[in-house]
Amino acid sequence: MAEPQRARPKPTPETQHFWDGTKAGELRLQRCDACAHVYFPPRPFCPSCASRKVSVFKASGKGFLYSYVINHRPAAPGFAPPYAIAVVELDEGPRMMSNIVDCPQTPEALELNMKLEVAFEALDDKITLPVFRPAKG
Amino acid sequence: MRRNQVAVVGAAETTELGVVPNASQLQLHADAALNAIADAGLKLSDIDGFATAVETPQQVCHYLGIKPTWVDGTSVGGCSFMLHVRHAAAAIEAGLCKTVLITHAESGKSMIGKLPRSIPADSLQGQFEAPYGVYGPPSMFPIPVLRFMKTYGITHEQLASVAVVQREWAAKNPRAMMKDPITVADVLNSRMIAYPFRLLQCCLVTDGGGALILTSADRARDFPRKPVYIMGTGESVETPMVSQMETFNSSRAFKVAGPLAFKEAGIAHKDVDHLMIYDAFAHLPLFGLGDLGFMPYEETGKFIADGNTRPGGKLPLNTNGGGLSYMHSGMYGMYALQESVRQMRGIAPAQVPNAKISVCHGVGGMFAASGTIVFTNER
Repeated sequence: MAEPQRARPKPTPETQHFWDGTKAGELRLQRCDACAHVYFPPRPFCPSCASRKVSVFKASGKGFLYSYVINHRPAAPGFAPPYAIAVVELDEGPRMMSNIVDCPQTPEALELNMKLEVAFEALDDKITLPVFRPAKG
Repeated sequence: MRRNQVAVVGAAETTELGVVPNASQLQLHADAALNAIADAGLKLSDIDGFATAVETPQQVCHYLGIKPTWVDGTSVGGCSFMLHVRHAAAAIEAGLCKTVLITHAESGKSMIGKLPRSIPADSLQGQFEAPYGVYGPPSMFPIPVLRFMKTYGITHEQLASVAVVQREWAAKNPRAMMKDPITVADVLNSRMIAYPFRLLQCCLVTDGGGALILTSADRARDFPRKPVYIMGTGESVETPMVSQMETFNSSRAFKVAGPLAFKEAGIAHKDVDHLMIYDAFAHLPLFGLGDLGFMPYEETGKFIADGNTRPGGKLPLNTNGGGLSYMHSGMYGMYALQESVRQMRGIAPAQVPNAKISVCHGVGGMFAASGTIVFTNER
């Protein structure tokens, strides 16, 4: 029997640029050409001013730990508990859910506001997930 | 909406609560409905409006043999029933129907005839949350709490005291699942579920249901039970993705729904005799006390830890024992509403003496949605 796998994202036309970006080692966000609002998750219009004129850009990949839980049970398929489910606030403003890698999954190691940087984890040849690790330096 | 124009004239839970292995989810809807209809002294044929969540109105109406002229299938999670009360009151006032039945039931524990819930891989949640290991409410609902604690200086002990105080209320309630007294240390030593929350800070998982019957306040006088009037209502939604909330320092949906209901009711916080804040997890009463404007967020943890919400305290909160100790079939809002109605009728197992105004505040789909109802027993 195959090992249970972690949930695999399936891109839609509106999110394909994001998943193309992670595969290329870029964290891509969108910015409104009209009001400069930066937003996530992807959509082809600005959720702040409704303009359809928006651009995709490469984000810095830097942010900080906004909040998290350390999940013990029940664990999702493909995860070995305990593991942290984090929300990262990006320097550009938007927040996204992620995992924190290269870091003990403990309350002591996972300090709120700690600086993070994006890393990329290939799930298969189609999907690469953005995850975050403690920022170096 | 005008205040006190619509009243609850029937209210009941399923005959059994807790573990009910001898009934499907659909039958639990029917059991609650039949109990509420008997409570109101009505016949099924008197019902011309119907609302439910998760199960469809057509499923439950057909099973019960109801022919409605108004239906509402709003399904936004555990507070759906607060929204149903609000919508039903508006429908009755608008003349779309006269007598509305609202049902909830869930075979949350026994899982008999329970509809599957799954997250499609191409939904936004499926793409941007599920891959990070969220797996059911315990892994999602508490995600904001560490930020909330840091911002307002809330302690782990204060969050543990939420469960302790609610167990005190549950001890007075023969139908509560968990009645044995617990201490803050018991809570902090219970099994870790999703840090910072341990088992005793997470809701129960049970089977059961409940139903309400609403009609116009003018007709309500002719019913066998003391009418409980709908004094004010509010609702809102924010986001199905907990990671995308505007902030973890409050709930936007709470901050819309709660004040709307207070304004419509024309009441101030000091007027509230009894309060229900949907407690799927221990942080929700703190968010609720802050977002509904009872006190600054910084004071919410201390307020509960100091005993202000316990039996005999100045603001009786979650007097049935709540989702943490009474029951939680998955969508607890109906049970919070039932307790508010019992308190307004004066028949609650842990009755608050002379309570005249009850505020019942619900949350749904993590922090996705919210509904608030203000009840009164005086017109």
